[in-house]
Amino acid sequence: MPDGTYLDATELVLNMGPQHPSTHGVLRVILKLDGERVIGTECVIGYLHRGVEKIGENRTYAQFAPYVDRMDYVASVSNGLGYCLAVEKLLSVEVPPRAQAVRVILTELNRIASHLIWLGTHALDVGAITPLFYTMREREEILKIYEKYCGARLTTHAFRIGGLQYELYEGFEDEVRAFCDMFLPKVDEYEELLTGNRIWIARLKNVGVLNAEDCKAYGVTGPMLRAAGVKWDLRKAQPYSGYEQYDFEIPTGVNGDSYDRYLVRIEEMRQSVRIIRQAVDRMPEGPIMGKVPKVIKPPLGEVYVSIEAPKGELGYYIVSDGSTQPYRVRVRPPSFVNLQALDKMCRGALVADVVVIIGTIDIVLGEVDR
Amino acid sequence: MRKFLRTVLLIDLIEGLWVTFRYQRPKHIYTEQYPAERPKVAERFRGAPRLNINPETGETLCIACNLCALACPENLIVVSSERNEKTRRKELTTFTYDTSRCMFCGLCEDACPTDALELTQDFELAAYSREGAIWDRQMLEEGPRPTKYPY
Repeated sequence: MPDGTYLDATELVLNMGPQHPSTHGVLRVILKLDGERVIGTECVIGYLHRGVEKIGENRTYAQFAPYVDRMDYVASVSNGLGYCLAVEKLLSVEVPPRAQAVRVILTELNRIASHLIWLGTHALDVGAITPLFYTMREREEILKIYEKYCGARLTTHAFRIGGLQYELYEGFEDEVRAFCDMFLPKVDEYEELLTGNRIWIARLKNVGVLNAEDCKAYGVTGPMLRAAGVKWDLRKAQPYSGYEQYDFEIPTGVNGDSYDRYLVRIEEMRQSVRIIRQAVDRMPEGPIMGKVPKVIKPPLGEVYVSIEAPKGELGYYIVSDGSTQPYRVRVRPPSFVNLQALDKMCRGALVADVVVIIGTIDIVLGEVDR
Repeated sequence: MRKFLRTVLLIDLIEGLWVTFRYQRPKHIYTEQYPAERPKVAERFRGAPRLNINPETGETLCIACNLCALACPENLIVVSSERNEKTRRKELTTFTYDTSRCMFCGLCEDACPTDALELTQDFELAAYSREGAIWDRQMLEEGPRPTKYPY
Protein backbone atom coordinates (compact mmCIF):
# COMPACT_ATOMS: atom_id res chain seq x y z
CA MET A 1 0.00 0.00 0.00
CA PRO A 2 1.17 3.55 -0.62
CA ASP A 3 2.73 5.41 2.28
CA GLY A 4 2.92 9.12 2.95
CA THR A 5 0.27 11.62 2.06
CA TYR A 6 -2.49 10.99 -0.42
CA LEU A 7 -3.33 14.66 -0.96
CA ASP A 8 -1.47 15.10 -4.22
CA ALA A 9 -1.94 11.57 -5.45
CA THR A 10 -4.18 10.61 -8.33
CA GLU A 11 -4.81 7.31 -6.63
CA LEU A 12 -7.77 6.76 -4.41
CA VAL A 13 -7.75 4.42 -1.46
CA LEU A 14 -11.10 2.80 -0.94
CA ASN A 15 -12.12 0.65 1.96
CA MET A 16 -14.30 -2.32 1.11
CA GLY A 17 -15.81 -4.16 4.02
CA PRO A 18 -15.82 -5.52 6.66
CA GLN A 19 -19.55 -4.90 6.54
CA HIS A 20 -19.84 -5.11 2.79
CA PRO A 21 -22.33 -7.87 1.99
CA SER A 22 -20.41 -9.30 -0.94
CA THR A 23 -17.22 -9.84 1.02
CA HIS A 24 -18.96 -12.94 2.37
CA GLY A 25 -18.61 -12.13 6.01
CA VAL A 26 -16.11 -9.82 7.59
CA LEU A 27 -13.32 -9.48 5.05
CA ARG A 28 -11.91 -6.00 4.73
CA VAL A 29 -10.16 -5.19 1.48
CA ILE A 30 -8.27 -1.94 1.08
CA LEU A 31 -8.35 -1.08 -2.59
CA LYS A 32 -5.91 1.29 -4.24
CA LEU A 33 -7.64 2.70 -7.26
CA ASP A 34 -6.63 4.65 -10.29
CA GLY A 35 -9.96 5.85 -11.57
CA GLU A 36 -12.01 2.71 -11.89
CA ARG A 37 -9.00 0.39 -12.14
CA VAL A 38 -7.59 -1.47 -9.19
CA ILE A 39 -3.84 -1.11 -8.89
CA GLY A 40 -3.42 -2.89 -5.59
CA THR A 41 -5.33 -4.55 -2.81
CA GLU A 42 -4.64 -5.47 0.75
CA CYS A 43 -6.73 -7.83 2.83
CA VAL A 44 -7.32 -7.17 6.48
CA ILE A 45 -8.45 -10.32 8.17
CA GLY A 46 -8.99 -11.40 11.74
CA TYR A 47 -12.42 -9.97 12.50
CA LEU A 48 -13.73 -13.47 13.11
CA HIS A 49 -10.71 -14.83 14.92
CA ARG A 50 -11.74 -17.15 17.73
CA GLY A 51 -8.46 -18.92 18.33
CA VAL A 52 -9.64 -22.36 17.32
CA GLU A 53 -6.10 -23.69 17.15
CA LYS A 54 -5.40 -22.48 20.68
CA ILE A 55 -8.68 -23.96 21.92
CA GLY A 56 -7.46 -27.28 20.53
CA GLU A 57 -4.50 -27.22 22.88
CA ASN A 58 -6.80 -26.98 25.89
CA ARG A 59 -9.29 -29.69 24.96
CA THR A 60 -9.03 -33.43 24.75
CA TYR A 61 -9.00 -34.99 21.30
CA ALA A 62 -12.68 -35.93 21.42
CA GLN A 63 -13.70 -32.56 22.87
CA PHE A 64 -12.04 -30.59 20.09
CA ALA A 65 -14.09 -32.25 17.34
CA PRO A 66 -17.14 -29.93 17.67
CA TYR A 67 -14.93 -26.87 17.34
CA VAL A 68 -13.52 -27.78 13.93
CA ASP A 69 -17.07 -27.69 12.54
CA ARG A 70 -17.12 -24.01 13.36
CA MET A 71 -14.23 -23.08 11.08
CA ASP A 72 -15.79 -23.68 7.70
CA TYR A 73 -19.36 -23.71 8.85
CA VAL A 74 -20.67 -24.10 5.30
CA ALA A 75 -18.78 -27.39 4.97
CA SER A 76 -18.64 -28.53 8.57
CA VAL A 77 -18.75 -32.24 7.78
CA SER A 78 -15.56 -31.99 5.70
CA ASN A 79 -13.81 -30.27 8.58
CA GLY A 80 -14.87 -33.01 10.93
CA LEU A 81 -13.70 -35.69 8.52
CA GLY A 82 -10.26 -34.12 8.19
CA TYR A 83 -9.81 -33.85 11.93
CA CYS A 84 -11.04 -37.39 12.61
CA LEU A 85 -8.75 -38.81 9.91
CA ALA A 86 -5.78 -36.98 11.42
CA VAL A 87 -6.42 -38.29 14.94
CA GLU A 88 -7.10 -41.78 13.59
CA LYS A 89 -3.77 -41.73 11.78
CA LEU A 90 -2.09 -40.61 14.98
CA LEU A 91 -3.74 -43.48 16.87
CA SER A 92 -3.31 -45.96 13.97
CA VAL A 93 -6.98 -46.88 14.18
CA GLU A 94 -8.69 -48.69 11.36
CA VAL A 95 -12.12 -47.29 10.44
CA PRO A 96 -14.68 -49.96 9.47
CA PRO A 97 -15.79 -49.94 5.80
CA ARG A 98 -19.39 -49.09 6.65
CA ALA A 99 -18.32 -45.99 8.55
CA GLN A 100 -16.08 -45.01 5.64
CA ALA A 101 -18.94 -45.30 3.16
CA VAL A 102 -21.26 -43.21 5.35
CA ARG A 103 -18.51 -40.63 5.71
CA VAL A 104 -18.11 -40.44 1.95
CA ILE A 105 -21.86 -39.96 1.45
CA LEU A 106 -22.08 -37.22 4.05
CA THR A 107 -18.99 -35.36 2.87
CA GLU A 108 -20.09 -35.47 -0.74
CA LEU A 109 -23.52 -34.16 0.26
CA ASN A 110 -21.61 -31.48 2.09
CA ARG A 111 -19.63 -30.65 -1.03
CA ILE A 112 -22.89 -30.16 -2.88
CA ALA A 113 -24.27 -27.99 -0.07
CA SER A 114 -21.13 -25.86 -0.01
CA HIS A 115 -21.11 -25.41 -3.78
CA LEU A 116 -24.81 -24.53 -3.67
CA ILE A 117 -24.16 -21.79 -1.14
CA TRP A 118 -21.29 -20.59 -3.28
CA LEU A 119 -23.38 -20.60 -6.44
CA GLY A 120 -26.28 -18.77 -4.84
CA THR A 121 -24.23 -16.07 -3.16
CA HIS A 122 -21.91 -15.64 -6.11
CA ALA A 123 -24.84 -15.19 -8.47
CA LEU A 124 -26.36 -12.76 -5.97
CA ASP A 125 -23.14 -10.73 -5.96
CA VAL A 126 -23.17 -10.59 -9.74
CA GLY A 127 -26.80 -9.52 -9.77
CA ALA A 128 -28.87 -12.65 -10.33
CA ILE A 129 -31.13 -13.07 -7.34
CA THR A 130 -33.16 -16.08 -8.43
CA PRO A 131 -30.44 -18.78 -8.20
CA LEU A 132 -30.02 -18.06 -4.47
CA PHE A 133 -33.58 -19.13 -3.73
CA TYR A 134 -33.27 -22.26 -5.82
CA THR A 135 -29.94 -23.30 -4.34
CA MET A 136 -31.17 -22.68 -0.80
CA ARG A 137 -34.18 -24.86 -1.54
CA GLU A 138 -32.01 -27.81 -2.61
CA ARG A 139 -29.58 -27.26 0.25
CA GLU A 140 -32.48 -27.53 2.65
CA GLU A 141 -33.00 -31.13 1.55
CA ILE A 142 -29.38 -31.91 2.40
CA LEU A 143 -29.71 -30.22 5.78
CA LYS A 144 -32.82 -32.26 6.49
CA ILE A 145 -30.83 -35.44 5.88
CA TYR A 146 -28.16 -34.16 8.27
CA GLU A 147 -30.72 -33.27 10.89
CA LYS A 148 -32.25 -36.72 10.71
CA TYR A 149 -28.88 -38.43 10.77
CA CYS A 150 -27.04 -36.58 13.52
CA GLY A 151 -29.45 -34.08 15.02
CA ALA A 152 -27.88 -30.85 13.80
CA ARG A 153 -28.10 -29.02 10.54
CA LEU A 154 -25.12 -26.74 10.23
CA THR A 155 -22.43 -27.54 12.80
CA THR A 156 -23.09 -31.23 12.61
CA HIS A 157 -20.42 -33.01 14.67
CA ALA A 158 -21.42 -36.07 12.64
CA PHE A 159 -18.19 -38.07 12.92
CA ARG A 160 -16.34 -39.30 15.96
CA ILE A 161 -12.74 -40.38 16.18
CA GLY A 162 -12.67 -43.98 14.97
CA GLY A 163 -15.92 -44.00 13.08
CA LEU A 164 -19.44 -42.80 13.67
CA GLN A 165 -21.57 -42.26 16.72
CA TYR A 166 -24.94 -42.75 15.09
CA GLU A 167 -26.16 -45.70 13.06
CA LEU A 168 -28.03 -44.76 9.89
CA TYR A 169 -31.68 -44.03 10.46
CA GLU A 170 -34.32 -46.04 8.70
CA GLY A 171 -34.84 -44.85 5.15
CA PHE A 172 -31.52 -43.00 4.89
CA GLU A 173 -30.54 -44.75 1.67
CA ASP A 174 -33.91 -44.07 0.04
CA GLU A 175 -33.79 -40.43 1.04
CA VAL A 176 -30.29 -39.97 -0.34
CA ARG A 177 -31.28 -41.70 -3.58
CA ALA A 178 -34.37 -39.52 -3.84
CA PHE A 179 -32.21 -36.46 -3.30
CA CYS A 180 -29.83 -37.53 -6.08
CA ASP A 181 -32.71 -38.10 -8.51
CA MET A 182 -34.24 -34.77 -7.59
CA PHE A 183 -30.97 -32.85 -7.67
CA LEU A 184 -29.54 -33.59 -11.12
CA PRO A 185 -32.40 -31.89 -13.04
CA LYS A 186 -31.99 -28.92 -10.71
CA VAL A 187 -28.35 -28.54 -11.72
CA ASP A 188 -29.50 -28.36 -15.32
CA GLU A 189 -31.94 -25.69 -14.20
CA TYR A 190 -29.12 -23.59 -12.69
CA GLU A 191 -27.21 -23.98 -15.92
CA GLU A 192 -30.27 -22.89 -17.86
CA LEU A 193 -30.41 -19.77 -15.73
CA LEU A 194 -26.74 -18.88 -15.80
CA THR A 195 -24.45 -20.72 -18.22
CA GLY A 196 -25.77 -19.18 -21.42
CA ASN A 197 -26.84 -15.91 -19.84
CA ARG A 198 -24.98 -13.10 -21.53
CA ILE A 199 -24.80 -10.90 -18.42
CA TRP A 200 -23.33 -13.80 -16.47
CA ILE A 201 -20.77 -14.45 -19.23
CA ALA A 202 -19.90 -10.77 -19.57
CA ARG A 203 -19.31 -10.44 -15.83
CA LEU A 204 -17.32 -13.66 -15.40
CA LYS A 205 -15.40 -14.39 -18.59
CA ASN A 206 -11.75 -13.31 -18.36
CA VAL A 207 -12.27 -11.90 -14.89
CA GLY A 208 -9.90 -12.98 -12.16
CA VAL A 209 -7.66 -15.03 -14.41
CA LEU A 210 -5.09 -17.10 -12.55
CA ASN A 211 -3.05 -19.47 -14.66
CA ALA A 212 -1.67 -22.80 -13.54
CA GLU A 213 1.81 -21.49 -12.69
CA ASP A 214 0.43 -18.74 -10.49
CA CYS A 215 -1.94 -21.17 -8.82
CA LYS A 216 0.96 -23.43 -7.92
CA ALA A 217 3.09 -20.51 -6.79
CA TYR A 218 0.39 -19.27 -4.42
CA GLY A 219 -0.52 -22.74 -3.22
CA VAL A 220 -4.05 -22.37 -4.51
CA THR A 221 -5.99 -25.62 -4.44
CA GLY A 222 -9.46 -26.88 -5.11
CA PRO A 223 -11.76 -25.75 -7.90
CA MET A 224 -9.59 -22.69 -8.55
CA LEU A 225 -6.60 -24.87 -9.38
CA ARG A 226 -8.68 -27.26 -11.46
CA ALA A 227 -10.22 -24.37 -13.39
CA ALA A 228 -6.69 -23.44 -14.46
CA GLY A 229 -6.36 -26.85 -16.09
CA VAL A 230 -4.45 -28.75 -13.41
CA LYS A 231 -5.96 -32.18 -12.77
CA TRP A 232 -5.26 -32.25 -9.04
CA ASP A 233 -7.75 -33.68 -6.62
CA LEU A 234 -6.69 -35.23 -3.33
CA ARG A 235 -9.50 -37.74 -3.60
CA LYS A 236 -7.65 -39.19 -6.59
CA ALA A 237 -4.07 -38.18 -5.77
CA GLN A 238 -3.97 -39.60 -2.25
CA PRO A 239 -7.28 -41.34 -1.60
CA TYR A 240 -8.65 -41.36 1.94
CA SER A 241 -11.74 -42.87 3.49
CA GLY A 242 -12.15 -45.33 0.62
CA TYR A 243 -12.36 -42.86 -2.26
CA GLU A 244 -10.27 -45.18 -4.43
CA GLN A 245 -13.28 -47.51 -4.79
CA TYR A 246 -15.45 -44.90 -6.46
CA ASP A 247 -15.48 -43.99 -10.08
CA PHE A 248 -15.57 -40.27 -10.83
CA GLU A 249 -14.00 -37.66 -13.06
CA ILE A 250 -12.03 -34.58 -12.10
CA PRO A 251 -13.54 -31.66 -14.02
CA THR A 252 -11.00 -29.14 -15.25
CA GLY A 253 -11.18 -25.78 -16.94
CA VAL A 254 -8.98 -24.14 -19.55
CA ASN A 255 -8.62 -20.42 -18.95
CA GLY A 256 -8.59 -20.27 -15.18
CA ASP A 257 -11.07 -17.41 -15.09
CA SER A 258 -14.21 -17.01 -12.99
CA TYR A 259 -16.42 -18.57 -15.63
CA ASP A 260 -14.30 -21.74 -15.72
CA ARG A 261 -14.45 -21.96 -11.95
CA TYR A 262 -18.21 -21.77 -12.17
CA LEU A 263 -18.28 -24.59 -14.73
CA VAL A 264 -15.87 -26.71 -12.68
CA ARG A 265 -17.99 -26.36 -9.54
CA ILE A 266 -21.20 -27.15 -11.40
CA GLU A 267 -19.60 -30.29 -12.83
CA GLU A 268 -18.22 -31.22 -9.40
CA MET A 269 -21.75 -31.27 -8.03
CA ARG A 270 -22.70 -33.79 -10.71
CA GLN A 271 -19.66 -35.90 -9.92
CA SER A 272 -20.52 -35.80 -6.22
CA VAL A 273 -23.96 -37.19 -7.02
CA ARG A 274 -22.20 -39.96 -8.95
CA ILE A 275 -20.03 -40.82 -5.93
CA ILE A 276 -23.01 -40.72 -3.57
CA ARG A 277 -24.99 -43.11 -5.76
CA GLN A 278 -22.10 -45.59 -5.88
CA ALA A 279 -21.57 -45.38 -2.14
CA VAL A 280 -25.24 -45.91 -1.36
CA ASP A 281 -25.48 -48.88 -3.71
CA ARG A 282 -22.40 -50.54 -2.27
CA MET A 283 -23.09 -49.78 1.38
CA PRO A 284 -21.32 -52.51 3.35
CA GLU A 285 -22.69 -54.01 6.53
CA GLY A 286 -20.79 -54.19 9.75
CA PRO A 287 -19.76 -52.11 12.73
CA ILE A 288 -19.56 -48.34 12.55
CA MET A 289 -16.94 -47.74 15.23
CA GLY A 290 -13.31 -48.84 15.14
CA LYS A 291 -11.31 -50.01 18.12
CA VAL A 292 -10.71 -46.73 19.88
CA PRO A 293 -9.69 -46.66 23.55
CA LYS A 294 -12.07 -44.94 25.96
CA VAL A 295 -9.46 -42.35 26.80
CA ILE A 296 -7.75 -41.17 23.65
CA LYS A 297 -4.06 -40.91 24.42
CA PRO A 298 -2.06 -41.03 21.19
CA PRO A 299 1.63 -41.92 21.23
CA LEU A 300 4.29 -39.25 20.90
CA GLY A 301 4.47 -37.95 17.37
CA GLU A 302 3.10 -35.66 14.73
CA VAL A 303 0.81 -36.14 11.79
CA TYR A 304 -0.39 -34.19 8.79
CA VAL A 305 -3.51 -35.31 7.00
CA SER A 306 -5.13 -33.39 4.19
CA ILE A 307 -8.43 -33.93 2.47
CA GLU A 308 -10.17 -32.39 -0.48
CA ALA A 309 -12.67 -30.06 1.13
CA PRO A 310 -15.17 -28.28 -1.15
CA LYS A 311 -12.89 -25.25 -1.22
CA GLY A 312 -9.56 -26.97 -1.63
CA GLU A 313 -6.95 -28.79 0.39
CA LEU A 314 -7.87 -28.87 4.06
CA GLY A 315 -5.00 -30.07 6.19
CA TYR A 316 -4.65 -30.87 9.88
CA TYR A 317 -1.25 -30.95 11.50
CA ILE A 318 -1.40 -32.36 15.00
CA VAL A 319 1.51 -32.75 17.38
CA SER A 320 0.99 -35.17 20.23
CA ASP A 321 3.05 -35.10 23.41
CA GLY A 322 1.55 -38.35 24.65
CA SER A 323 -1.09 -36.73 26.82
CA THR A 324 -4.86 -36.59 26.36
CA GLN A 325 -4.64 -33.14 24.82
CA PRO A 326 -2.90 -32.19 21.58
CA TYR A 327 0.32 -30.23 21.98
CA ARG A 328 -0.39 -28.26 18.85
CA VAL A 329 -3.13 -28.26 16.26
CA ARG A 330 -2.46 -26.41 13.07
CA VAL A 331 -5.07 -26.14 10.36
CA ARG A 332 -4.29 -25.47 6.74
CA PRO A 333 -7.54 -23.92 5.60
CA PRO A 334 -8.18 -23.75 1.86
CA SER A 335 -9.93 -20.37 1.96
CA PHE A 336 -7.02 -18.68 3.73
CA VAL A 337 -4.48 -19.87 1.20
CA ASN A 338 -6.71 -19.20 -1.79
CA LEU A 339 -7.39 -15.67 -0.57
CA GLN A 340 -3.71 -14.81 -1.05
CA ALA A 341 -4.23 -14.81 -4.79
CA LEU A 342 -6.79 -12.00 -4.50
CA ASP A 343 -4.23 -9.25 -5.10
CA LYS A 344 -2.80 -10.97 -8.16
CA MET A 345 -6.27 -11.44 -9.65
CA CYS A 346 -7.54 -7.96 -8.85
CA ARG A 347 -4.71 -5.97 -10.41
CA GLY A 348 -5.99 -4.19 -13.49
CA ALA A 349 -9.56 -5.21 -12.84
CA LEU A 350 -12.48 -2.87 -12.29
CA VAL A 351 -13.98 -2.23 -8.87
CA ALA A 352 -17.10 -4.16 -9.82
CA ASP A 353 -14.91 -7.13 -10.73
CA VAL A 354 -13.44 -7.24 -7.23
CA VAL A 355 -16.84 -8.38 -5.98
CA VAL A 356 -16.85 -11.15 -8.58
CA ILE A 357 -13.29 -12.18 -7.74
CA ILE A 358 -13.96 -12.37 -4.00
CA GLY A 359 -17.01 -14.45 -4.77
CA THR A 360 -15.19 -16.78 -7.11
CA ILE A 361 -12.51 -17.66 -4.56
CA ASP A 362 -15.29 -19.11 -2.40
CA ILE A 363 -14.04 -17.95 0.98
CA VAL A 364 -15.62 -18.51 4.33
CA LEU A 365 -14.29 -16.04 6.84
CA GLY A 366 -14.74 -18.40 9.73
CA GLU A 367 -12.08 -20.51 8.12
CA VAL A 368 -9.82 -17.67 7.05
CA ASP A 369 -9.63 -16.20 10.55
CA ARG A 370 -10.20 -19.40 12.55
CA MET B 1 -26.76 -15.01 -38.48
CA ARG B 2 -28.23 -17.32 -35.86
CA LYS B 3 -26.07 -15.77 -33.22
CA PHE B 4 -27.19 -12.34 -34.34
CA LEU B 5 -30.84 -13.30 -34.04
CA ARG B 6 -30.26 -14.77 -30.60
CA THR B 7 -28.63 -11.54 -29.53
CA VAL B 8 -31.35 -9.28 -30.92
CA LEU B 9 -34.24 -11.35 -29.64
CA LEU B 10 -32.61 -11.80 -26.20
CA ILE B 11 -33.10 -15.55 -26.43
CA ASP B 12 -30.57 -16.36 -23.69
CA LEU B 13 -32.25 -14.06 -21.20
CA ILE B 14 -35.71 -15.38 -22.08
CA GLU B 15 -34.47 -18.93 -21.53
CA GLY B 16 -33.46 -17.99 -18.02
CA LEU B 17 -36.72 -16.18 -17.39
CA TRP B 18 -38.63 -19.24 -18.54
CA VAL B 19 -37.18 -21.17 -15.58
CA THR B 20 -38.55 -18.51 -13.26
CA PHE B 21 -41.96 -18.60 -14.89
CA ARG B 22 -42.14 -22.36 -14.57
CA TYR B 23 -42.32 -21.81 -10.80
CA GLN B 24 -45.33 -19.55 -10.93
CA ARG B 25 -47.44 -22.32 -9.40
CA PRO B 26 -45.10 -24.01 -6.92
CA LYS B 27 -45.95 -27.56 -5.90
CA HIS B 28 -44.59 -27.09 -2.45
CA ILE B 29 -44.42 -23.91 -0.39
CA TYR B 30 -41.19 -23.79 1.55
CA THR B 31 -41.85 -20.79 3.78
CA GLU B 32 -42.89 -21.69 7.29
CA GLN B 33 -45.13 -19.32 9.22
CA TYR B 34 -42.95 -19.87 12.23
CA PRO B 35 -44.66 -19.14 15.53
CA ALA B 36 -48.03 -20.27 14.19
CA GLU B 37 -46.62 -23.24 12.35
CA ARG B 38 -43.77 -25.07 14.07
CA PRO B 39 -41.25 -27.13 12.16
CA LYS B 40 -41.23 -30.79 13.04
CA VAL B 41 -37.64 -31.43 13.96
CA ALA B 42 -35.99 -34.81 13.59
CA GLU B 43 -36.04 -37.44 16.29
CA ARG B 44 -32.30 -37.13 16.89
CA PHE B 45 -32.40 -33.33 17.07
CA ARG B 46 -30.01 -31.94 19.62
CA GLY B 47 -31.87 -29.18 21.40
CA ALA B 48 -32.65 -28.20 24.97
CA PRO B 49 -31.26 -30.59 27.58
CA ARG B 50 -33.45 -32.67 29.87
CA LEU B 51 -32.63 -34.75 32.92
CA ASN B 52 -34.78 -37.83 32.71
CA ILE B 53 -36.62 -39.26 35.67
CA ASN B 54 -37.90 -42.76 36.13
CA PRO B 55 -41.57 -42.45 35.18
CA GLU B 56 -42.67 -45.11 37.64
CA THR B 57 -40.93 -43.99 40.79
CA GLY B 58 -40.32 -40.36 39.98
CA GLU B 59 -36.67 -40.68 40.96
CA THR B 60 -33.91 -39.27 38.85
CA LEU B 61 -32.01 -41.61 36.56
CA CYS B 62 -28.83 -39.66 37.18
CA ILE B 63 -26.27 -41.54 39.26
CA ALA B 64 -24.06 -38.46 39.69
CA CYS B 65 -21.10 -40.13 37.99
CA ASN B 66 -19.91 -36.77 36.60
CA LEU B 67 -19.06 -38.25 33.18
CA CYS B 68 -21.11 -35.64 31.33
CA ALA B 69 -19.27 -32.82 33.07
CA LEU B 70 -15.95 -34.40 32.11
CA ALA B 71 -17.02 -34.92 28.50
CA CYS B 72 -18.28 -31.37 28.02
CA PRO B 73 -15.85 -29.26 25.98
CA GLU B 74 -17.11 -26.05 27.57
CA ASN B 75 -17.22 -27.35 31.17
CA LEU B 76 -20.72 -26.01 31.59
CA ILE B 77 -22.22 -28.88 33.56
CA VAL B 78 -21.85 -28.89 37.33
CA VAL B 79 -22.90 -32.02 39.16
CA SER B 80 -22.85 -32.26 42.90
CA SER B 81 -23.72 -35.28 44.94
CA GLU B 82 -23.80 -36.53 48.46
CA ARG B 83 -23.28 -40.03 49.81
CA ASN B 84 -26.37 -41.66 51.24
CA GLU B 85 -25.25 -43.31 54.48
CA LYS B 86 -27.96 -45.99 54.36
CA THR B 87 -27.54 -47.28 50.83
CA ARG B 88 -23.84 -46.29 50.55
CA ARG B 89 -24.66 -44.77 47.16
CA LYS B 90 -24.00 -41.37 45.66
CA GLU B 91 -27.13 -39.33 45.27
CA LEU B 92 -27.61 -36.30 43.08
CA THR B 93 -28.14 -33.04 44.91
CA THR B 94 -27.80 -30.29 42.31
CA PHE B 95 -27.28 -30.28 38.58
CA THR B 96 -26.75 -27.07 36.64
CA TYR B 97 -26.48 -26.73 32.90
CA ASP B 98 -25.49 -23.44 31.31
CA THR B 99 -27.40 -23.37 28.02
CA SER B 100 -25.91 -20.01 27.06
CA ARG B 101 -22.50 -21.62 26.53
CA CYS B 102 -23.75 -24.92 25.16
CA MET B 103 -23.01 -25.70 21.52
CA PHE B 104 -25.22 -28.79 21.43
CA CYS B 105 -22.47 -31.13 20.31
CA GLY B 106 -24.09 -34.08 22.07
CA LEU B 107 -20.95 -35.30 23.84
CA CYS B 108 -22.64 -35.22 27.27
CA GLU B 109 -25.52 -37.25 25.93
CA ASP B 110 -23.09 -39.83 24.51
CA ALA B 111 -21.17 -40.01 27.76
CA CYS B 112 -24.21 -40.64 30.00
CA PRO B 113 -24.26 -44.31 31.03
CA THR B 114 -27.88 -44.31 32.22
CA ASP B 115 -29.51 -42.16 29.50
CA ALA B 116 -30.41 -39.64 32.16
CA LEU B 117 -29.14 -36.59 30.31
CA GLU B 118 -30.75 -36.15 26.94
CA LEU B 119 -30.89 -33.41 24.35
CA THR B 120 -34.52 -32.97 23.39
CA GLN B 121 -36.33 -31.60 20.37
CA ASP B 122 -37.12 -28.27 21.99
CA PHE B 123 -35.25 -25.44 20.30
CA GLU B 124 -36.67 -22.33 21.96
CA LEU B 125 -34.03 -21.37 24.47
CA ALA B 126 -34.37 -17.61 24.74
CA ALA B 127 -34.07 -16.12 28.19
CA TYR B 128 -34.38 -12.59 29.52
CA SER B 129 -31.07 -12.68 31.35
CA ARG B 130 -27.82 -14.59 31.35
CA GLU B 131 -28.78 -16.16 34.67
CA GLY B 132 -32.03 -17.31 33.12
CA ALA B 133 -30.08 -19.38 30.63
CA ILE B 134 -28.46 -21.39 33.42
CA TRP B 135 -30.82 -24.27 34.05
CA ASP B 136 -31.00 -25.94 37.43
CA ARG B 137 -32.05 -29.47 38.25
CA GLN B 138 -35.74 -28.65 38.55
CA MET B 139 -35.89 -26.98 35.14
CA LEU B 140 -33.94 -29.81 33.54
CA GLU B 141 -36.23 -32.45 35.00
CA GLU B 142 -39.40 -30.68 33.94
CA GLY B 143 -38.21 -30.86 30.35
CA PRO B 144 -39.00 -28.61 27.43
CA ARG B 145 -41.66 -25.98 27.81
CA PRO B 146 -42.58 -24.81 24.32
CA THR B 147 -43.89 -21.27 24.42
CA LYS B 148 -47.57 -20.85 23.59
CA TYR B 149 -48.38 -17.99 21.27
CA PRO B 150 -51.86 -16.55 20.90
CA TYR B 151 -52.48 -17.58 17.29
